[in-house]
Amino acid sequence: MGLLAPVWGFVMSVLLSVRNVVQEFTARGRGGVKGGVVHAVSDVSFDLEKGETLGVVGETGSGKSTLARSILQAPRPKSGEVHFLGQDLMRHRSRALTQARRQLQMVFQDPYGSLNPRWRVSEIVEEPLIGYRAPNRDSRVRELLDLVGLNPDTYARRRPHELSGGQCQRVAIARAIALDPALVVCDEAVSSLDVLIQAQVLNLFERLRRELGLSYLFISHDLALVKQVSDRVAVMHLGQLCEIGPAEALYRAPMHPYTVALLSSIPKLDPGARHSTEKVTLEGEPPSPISPPSGCRFRTRCPFAQDRCATDAPQLRELAPGHQVACHFPLANNS
Amino acid sequence: MSIEEAAQAVSVRSGPAEPLLEVEDLRVRFTGRGRRVHAVNGLSYRLCAGRTLAVIGESGSGKSVSSRALMGLLPPTATVTGSARFDGRELLGRSDRQMRRIRGADIAMVFQDPSRSLNPTMRIGVQITEAVRAHGKVDRKAAHERAMELLRLVRLPAPARRFHEYPHQLSGGMRQRVMIAIALAGEPKLLIADEATTALDVTTQAQIMRLLAELQERLGTAIVLISHDLGLAASYADDVVVMYAGRAVEYAPASTLFARVRMPYTEALLGAIPRLERPPHAELPVTPGQPPDLTRLPPGCPFAPRCSRATDECHVQIPPFAEHEPGHWWACWHPCGVSS
Repeated sequence: MGLLAPVWGFVMSVLLSVRNVVQEFTARGRGGVKGGVVHAVSDVSFDLEKGETLGVVGETGSGKSTLARSILQAPRPKSGEVHFLGQDLMRHRSRALTQARRQLQMVFQDPYGSLNPRWRVSEIVEEPLIGYRAPNRDSRVRELLDLVGLNPDTYARRRPHELSGGQCQRVAIARAIALDPALVVCDEAVSSLDVLIQAQVLNLFERLRRELGLSYLFISHDLALVKQVSDRVAVMHLGQLCEIGPAEALYRAPMHPYTVALLSSIPKLDPGARHSTEKVTLEGEPPSPISPPSGCRFRTRCPFAQDRCATDAPQLRELAPGHQVACHFPLANNS
Repeated sequence: MSIEEAAQAVSVRSGPAEPLLEVEDLRVRFTGRGRRVHAVNGLSYRLCAGRTLAVIGESGSGKSVSSRALMGLLPPTATVTGSARFDGRELLGRSDRQMRRIRGADIAMVFQDPSRSLNPTMRIGVQITEAVRAHGKVDRKAAHERAMELLRLVRLPAPARRFHEYPHQLSGGMRQRVMIAIALAGEPKLLIADEATTALDVTTQAQIMRLLAELQERLGTAIVLISHDLGLAASYADDVVVMYAGRAVEYAPASTLFARVRMPYTEALLGAIPRLERPPHAELPVTPGQPPDLTRLPPGCPFAPRCSRATDECHVQIPPFAEHEPGHWWACWHPCGVSS
C-alpha cells in the first residue's frame, strides 16, 4: 500500500487522460472509390492535470483539431481510451456522453461562425443552461456576461452582427463556461483576432483560469501564443506527438528537430537579430497524411535524419523531468 | 516642429536615391447606403528601388485599401485623393486602360489567399504562360520556356510535373509560389505583397519570405509588405509604416523604429504580442476599447480614447504626421521617450 499511495495520488489529480488515441478518415477518390486512409491522429497519449493548461502546437494538417474533437467524441475516435474525470468517454452511450460533456466545453476559431446570427447574446449564453435545466437562468446569464467583461445592459439584447470579433469571442467564452466546466478546449480561439484584442481575450482566459480553476487544452499554430498561456506544451507533427514537456523547458531547450525548426521560423521582433543567427529552416513540404513516411514521420524534412529513422518509428521517451521526446537523435540539452 | 516647418523639411530633404514610389497624403473614402467610410485618411511614404517597406496595421486600418488604391483596384464607390508618383509618373486618376498597362508590368501584387487568386479550372502552367504572354509579344514556345524558368525561379518542387497540375493539387505554400511566379512574369519594379504569408504555417512563411528576399537581391525589385505582424516587419523590412484608423502614425527605418518607439499605439502593439521570452501566464499589458468607427472618426487623434498618455489636447486636435527626428516620423502630441 505504501508503494501504491503516491501513484494513487497522481491519478487523483489527473483530469483528462488520453491513451493511444487513433483517428482515421477514408479519403474518397473519383466516383467515391476508396482513395486511401488519412492518418489524422496516430497513437497519441497524454495526461492533463486539474487546473493545468496544456498547449498543443503544430502546422496545418498536423491533427491538432482532430485530436481535440476526438477527445470530445465528435466524431468518436477509431480506437484508444479517453478518460475524463475518471470515466472512459469511449464507452459512454449518448446520454452519459451528454452528461460528461457538461464538464467539457469548446471555444472555436471563427467567432462569427460559431454563434447563431439570428439569436440575441442572452439567448446564445442561455442555451446550454436550458439544455441542462439549470436554475435561475436570467441572473446566471447576466453574471456570465459580467464575468467575460460585457456589460449585460448594453450587450444582452444585441445580435452577433452588432458585435466586434473580440466581443463575439467573449460571448462564445461565456457560453462555454456557463455550466461550470472542468475543461475548456480552445481551438485557435484567439487566432483570428487583432493583436490588441487578442491580448484582452488572452488575459480573460487567464483570469477565468485563476477565478474558476479551469483547465484548458489550448490549440494554436502560434508558438509564442501557446507559451503565453500554457504550463505544458505538446508539439504535434503529422498526427503524432513528437515532443511534450513543461513550457519553460521545451522552449528553452527543445530536443526534437521539428520543435527547433518551428521555433526558429518565428520572425524575431529585433531587426538586428536577422542576420546574426543561423536558422534551422525546413526545406520542402510536409508529407501527405495518407501515405506518411516509414519510421519517423519527420525524417523526410529532418536535417539530422539517418538510416535508422527510416526503419524504426521513435517512441516518446522521458529525457528530462516531465519532458518527453520522440526522436532517435534528440538535440543535446545544452542550455 | 510645426506643420509648416515639417513641410519645408520635406521639400528640402531629397535623399541620395530617387524614390521609386512616393505616396503623399493618400486619402480614400467610400460612399454608399447613405454612409461615408473614411478608410484612408492621410498616408505618406517613399520607397526606393530594391528596398522593402512594411505597412503594418490591424484589420480596418486601411493598409490593404491604400495599396489597392495605388493599383486602381478599388470599386467606383471609392473616392481617392492625394498623390502617388511611381517612377516619375502619377498613378492616381489614370484610366482603366492606362492602369492595365502598369499593372503586372510595373507593379504586381500577391494576395493573401492563393487558392482564390488562381483559376481552379486551369492548369497552373497555362495560367503562368498566359501572364507571360500578356506582358509582351512572345511565341508559344518562348512563353512556355519563360514560364518554366519562372517556376524554377520561385523554387517550385518538380516544376515540370507541377506545370500540368491544377491549383487544388498544390499545397498552400506551393500555390503562393505560383502566385509569385505570375507576379514576376512582367518583371515588375515593385511587388506588393498583401498579407501574402498570413494564411501559411510559420515554417512555410519563413520559406516564402526567404524566397522574396532572395528574388529582391537578384532582380532589384522593391517590395511593399502589407501585414498585421510587427515581427515580420522587424525581420524582413528596411522601413516600416504603422497605420491606425486610416492614418500613418509612425514611419521610420526598422532599426530605428524598434529601438526607439515614439507612438504610443506602436508601443501598445509591441507590448501585446505574445513573446517567447515571457514566462507562461504573465499578464499582457492591455489597451482598452477598439479601433474607432470609420464612419464617425473622432475630431482629435484617433487613438486618444484608448491611449494612456492622452490629454485634453489629444481629443480635440489631430497631431501632425511630421519628421520629428531625422528619418523618424510620427503623429503624436505626447510621444514615448521624449521629454516635452
